[in-house]
Amino acid sequence: MKKNVFALVSSIAVLGTALTGCGGGQQAAAPPAGGTPAAPSQPATPAAEKKPQVLKMNLHSEPPTADPGLAEDTTSGAIILATFDGLTRIGTDDKPHEAAAESYKVSDDKLTYTFKIREAKWSNGDPVTAHDFEYAWKRALDPKTASNYAYQLYYVKNGEKANKGEAKLDEVGVKALDDKTLEVKLENPTPYFLELLAFRTYFPVNKKVIDANPKWAGDAKSHVGNGPFKIESWEHKSKMVLVKNENYWDKDNVKLEKIEFSMVEDENTELSMFENGEIDWAGAPMSALPTDAIPALKGQGKVQTNPIAGTYWYKFNTEKPPFNNIKVRKAFAYSINRQALIDNILQTGQIPATGAIPPSMVLNPNGYFKDNDLENAKKLLEEGLKEVGMSKLPSITLSYNTSEAHKKIAEAIQDQWKKNLGVDVKLENKEWKVYLEDMHEGNFQIGRMGWLGDFNDPINFLELFKDKMGGNNDTRWENAKYKELLNQSAKESDLEKRKKILADAEQILMDEMPIMPIYWYTQSWIQKPEVKGVHQTGLGDVDWKGAYIE
Amino acid sequence: MIRYLGKRIIFMLISLFLIVTATFFIMKAVPGGPFTSEKQVPPEIKAALEAKYKLNLPLHEQYFEYLKGVVTWDLGPSFTEKSSNVNDMINRGFPVSAHLGAQALLLAIFGGITLGVIAALNHNKWQDYSAMVIAVLGLSVPSFILASFYQYIFAINLGWFPIAKWEGFEYTILPSLALAASPMAFIARLTRSNMIEVMGQDYIKTAKAKGLHTVTITIKHAIRNALLPVVTYLGPLIAGILTGAFVIERIFGVPGLGREFVLSITNRDYTVIMGTTVFYSMILVVMILIVDIAYTLVDPRIKLSDAGKE
Repeated sequence: MKKNVFALVSSIAVLGTALTGCGGGQQAAAPPAGGTPAAPSQPATPAAEKKPQVLKMNLHSEPPTADPGLAEDTTSGAIILATFDGLTRIGTDDKPHEAAAESYKVSDDKLTYTFKIREAKWSNGDPVTAHDFEYAWKRALDPKTASNYAYQLYYVKNGEKANKGEAKLDEVGVKALDDKTLEVKLENPTPYFLELLAFRTYFPVNKKVIDANPKWAGDAKSHVGNGPFKIESWEHKSKMVLVKNENYWDKDNVKLEKIEFSMVEDENTELSMFENGEIDWAGAPMSALPTDAIPALKGQGKVQTNPIAGTYWYKFNTEKPPFNNIKVRKAFAYSINRQALIDNILQTGQIPATGAIPPSMVLNPNGYFKDNDLENAKKLLEEGLKEVGMSKLPSITLSYNTSEAHKKIAEAIQDQWKKNLGVDVKLENKEWKVYLEDMHEGNFQIGRMGWLGDFNDPINFLELFKDKMGGNNDTRWENAKYKELLNQSAKESDLEKRKKILADAEQILMDEMPIMPIYWYTQSWIQKPEVKGVHQTGLGDVDWKGAYIE
Repeated sequence: MIRYLGKRIIFMLISLFLIVTATFFIMKAVPGGPFTSEKQVPPEIKAALEAKYKLNLPLHEQYFEYLKGVVTWDLGPSFTEKSSNVNDMINRGFPVSAHLGAQALLLAIFGGITLGVIAALNHNKWQDYSAMVIAVLGLSVPSFILASFYQYIFAINLGWFPIAKWEGFEYTILPSLALAASPMAFIARLTRSNMIEVMGQDYIKTAKAKGLHTVTITIKHAIRNALLPVVTYLGPLIAGILTGAFVIERIFGVPGLGREFVLSITNRDYTVIMGTTVFYSMILVVMILIVDIAYTLVDPRIKLSDAGKE
C-alpha cells in the first residue's frame, strides 16, 4: 500500500514538473517567435555592432589544395584569395589596386616593373619579402613543380623558356633587389599585367614553410598565408573555418571575424540548409542553385545575379563539310533565338551573346550580328549550300557532354534549327572526358563548349583561336590576318591602338564564325540580407575581404 | 579448417591480383586522362605533369610500379586533390563511411529480420501485409528520394535533426535510416519467405506436436535455419555499405569514401580509382570469407573443410 502511494505521489510530481517544463518552454519561446515587438525597443546601432561577424557558407566541395602555385579550380582559388594577397588585389571597382606591393614604377617601354613591397607579415609572423615572390614565381615555373597554371607566368621574361626547360630558372625576369624591392622584366608590354598580379599563380609563398613540409598546403596547422584570413581548422571533405588574420597589413578593413564553410555537394541540400537558417548564402559563386528551384525563388524575388566574364558557345568543325563553309556556319549562328533560350530554359538573366568577348571586356558593344536573324540566315544557307555543291543539308550531329542544362539547350537549338532552317539535327551525348577528347581530336560536327576568363582582357578569349592546333581551338580554324593582328597587339603599348587591333581581330572571328556565341554567363545566388560586402569580381571570383554582417 | 583457410586466402590473393590487373588496364583504355580538361594546358606543362605522376613511363612499368604500390600499401598521390595522397583519402573517408555503414547495417539486419519474422508468423494477416508494404516501399523508392523526404519531414518540418553535415551523433541518424531502407526491405522479404518455408517443414510440425511454445520454436528452430540465405547476402552488403554510399553521402554532406569511388572515375584520377577499387575488393573478399565461416555457426551441417572433395 505504501509503495502505491509513493508511486502515485512521484508520478504526480514528475508529471507536474514535465507540464511546468512545457509551459515554461512555451513562454520562453514566445517572444523571439513573435519577434516584432522586442526589436524596435532596442536601439538600432548597438544591436548592429553586436552582431557576431561570422559568415556561414557552403564551399560545395573540398578545395583540392590551398597552394597558390598548384591550384587550378575555383574552390581552391576562393580559399587562396581569402588567405593570400598578391602584389595587387582586385577592388570593388573591378580594377587592380596595390596590395602586398605598396607602390610600383613602370619603365617607359612598359617592360620593367619595380615593386616596393609593403611592410607586412605572414600569418606565422615571418616578414613578407620580395624574395617570397621571386621564389613563388620560379617555383611555379619549375617543370618539377608541374604547375597547371605556369603558363600564366609566361608574360615574365624567359618564363616560357624556363618552363620548357630551355632556360635556367635564374634567367627568369623576376628578381628581389633587396627585401622590399622586386624587379620584374616582361617579354612584351602587357597592359593587363597589374590585373594578372591579382591571379593566384603570382601570389607569394613562404619558402621556409614549404621547405619544412612539402604537404604544408593541405593542413590547417601548417598552412601559412599573407591574406586577410587564415585557416583555423580544416576537416577534409567536411568543414573549414577561416578566421581573421591578425598579421594582415590591412586588417582594419577586414570586418569578418570568422567564415565557416561546410562542404555539401548536393545543391538541393544546400538550398534546404539556407532555408533552415544553417547557412547565410546559397548558390554562386561556390555552388549553384538547383535549376528546378530557380523559377520559384525568382518569383519570391530572392535571386541575385551578376554577369561574369564567360561565353557559352558552340564550336563548328571547320574542316568537315558543310561547316567548312563560312556562310553555312553563319546561317546556323544567325538562325537561333538566344533570348528565347534564356527566357525559357536558362532563366537566370544570361545575356544573349552576339560576339565572342563578354561584356566586361567588350570591344564592340553593339555586337557583330543580330540575334534571331532568320531572313539573313536562310539567304546565307542557300548561298552556302550552293558553294559546297549541295542541294539540301544532310543530317547534322550536335554533341554535348552529359548535363541536364546542356541537354536542354541542345534540344531547344535542335528544335529551332529544324523550324528555321529545316535541318535534321541529331543529338549526341558523351561523358565529360570522352567528350573533351573527341572535341580536341576534331571528332565532332558541332559541339558545345564555354570559356571563363582567367583575366579581364579580350586577348584571353581571342588567343584561343590563334593556332589551328592550339590546345583549346578545337574548330581547326585558322586565319593568317587574325594571327598577325594578335601578334601585333602583343607588341603594342598604346592602349587605344591595341584595343582597335583586338576589335579588328574579333571582327574577323565573327565574319568567319568558327564558333557560334550563345550567351554570356551570369552567376545566381540567394543570400541573407544582412550579409554585405561580399565582392564578386567580373571573372566570377569571390573576395570576402570587405564582407561584414550588418 | 586451417588447410581450408589457407587455400581460401591464396584464392583471395589471386582474385585481388586479377582485380587490380583488370582495373588497371580497363582504366587506361578509357578515353581521356586526368589532364584532359576544358582549358588545355600547353604541351610542356602536360609533359611536366605526366612526368611528375610517372604517366610518361611505358604502360608495363606503370603497372609494375602500381603493383609495388599495392603490395607496400602506398597508393600514390591523387591527381585532383593536390594536397592529399590516396592513403590519406582512404584513411579519412573510410572511418566515416564505416561508421555510417555500421549503423545502417544494424538497423537493416535487426529491422529486416524482425519485420520478416513478424510477417511470416502472421502470414496473410494485416501484420504481414503492412510489413511487406514497408518492404516494397523500401526497395522501390530510390534512396535519394527517401533522403530528401527525411530531410523535409525530420529536419525542416520537425526540426529534430540537422539537414546535413557530419559533426555529431544526431547528424548520423537520417543518413543511416536512408541507407538502411533498401537492405532492410530486402532482408525482410528474404527472412519472410524463408521463415514461411521453414515453418512448413516436418521438424517444426514435430516440435509443435510435442507442445513446444511458438516463441521457442521460432527462436530456437526456425529463425536459425531461415537466416542462411540472409547470411549469404550479408557479405557483399557489408562491403558495399561500409565503403560508402555515394548518393546518401552526397545528399547529407557526409565526408565518406563513397564519393571518391564515383568522382575518381569522372576525373580519371587513376590512383584514386585504383586505390578505392583495391580497398573495396579487399573488404569484399574478406567479408565473403567471414560469411562462409558464419555459415558453420548458423548451420552445423556445413563444415569448413574440403576433405570430402579430395
